[in-house]
Amino acid sequence: MWKWLHPYANPEVSYHFVGKLLPWISKITILLLAIGMVWALVFAPADYQQGDSFRIFYIHVPTAILSMSIYVAMASAAFCSLVWQFKLADASAAAMAPVGAVITAIALFTGAAWGKPMWGTWWIWDARLTSELVLLFLYLGVIALHNAFEDKNLAGKAAGILSLVGVVNIPIIKYSVEWWNTLHQGATVSKMEAPSMSLDMFLPFVFCFLGIAMLITYVICLRFRTELLARNGMRPWVRDLITAEGAK
Amino acid sequence: MQFDSISAFFDMGGYAFFVWLSYGVSVLLLTLLVYTSHSNHKNVKNKIVQRLLREKKLRKAAEKQSANVKQTDPENPGVENQSKNTNEAVT
Repeated sequence: MWKWLHPYANPEVSYHFVGKLLPWISKITILLLAIGMVWALVFAPADYQQGDSFRIFYIHVPTAILSMSIYVAMASAAFCSLVWQFKLADASAAAMAPVGAVITAIALFTGAAWGKPMWGTWWIWDARLTSELVLLFLYLGVIALHNAFEDKNLAGKAAGILSLVGVVNIPIIKYSVEWWNTLHQGATVSKMEAPSMSLDMFLPFVFCFLGIAMLITYVICLRFRTELLARNGMRPWVRDLITAEGAK
Repeated sequence: MQFDSISAFFDMGGYAFFVWLSYGVSVLLLTLLVYTSHSNHKNVKNKIVQRLLREKKLRKAAEKQSANVKQTDPENPGVENQSKNTNEAVT
């Protein structure tokens, strides 16, 4: 049943497959982000209470959701790498960590810049904000561990264990607004229910969310290829590939 | 269109500083991420190219050396020393 997947465990096949996808991903990213950003900044209606400061929503919420999604993806890859020793899973986990860190930093920063005019403070040590900050530190720890060892297999194991332990933080972030009293509002956009916002506000959000998700996919694919090259530098296929590219 | 004029658009209903700060920093960070990922990819490729070139040079030097050793008289160490020197210069 899963046999069609087997060839992709070969780094050479994966490298070329992802390389073929990249130009398409970049085109879709540019299209979605262009539509989403213009719609969010110019055409979406202002909030009746928050006015135009509400437009920060279109960056803050997608990056906040994706910061958790990337972490779950990274931890799943780390799990596969630890249990079944898939080398490619390890390479993809290493590719995802820096992207997750940047997205988390953006979510935190836009949150602060939204909090100042709406709550009157840049930062408060409440459950949602603190747990999201812990997520940033988890990402930084995983990146540090990936770079701490010369031996990439050993580094992958250490970073993988940290990312698995850190998964406990994800439900804490997600349910912090329900479990504790916090300044942060509850979820506006949910997978299961209809969004608690009008359609002319929700549609630009869909474009921004998908646009940022595609951008992340693009960067992760790019970094994944870099990891593959760096880890297989001594293999004949990398040698042939580099020689062929040099000849062009 | 939600804004009457360009200046109203830039003013963002009085929230200009916070809105443009958020969008500016986000665009800056994402651009940096894409840029560094691209340059990383190039750096890794360049490193492999350099290693391949060095291996090629070493192999050539080794071939030269073995050819020299075959040609030289075993009682004449001067030529052998010379080939050793070229080897060091390459590495």
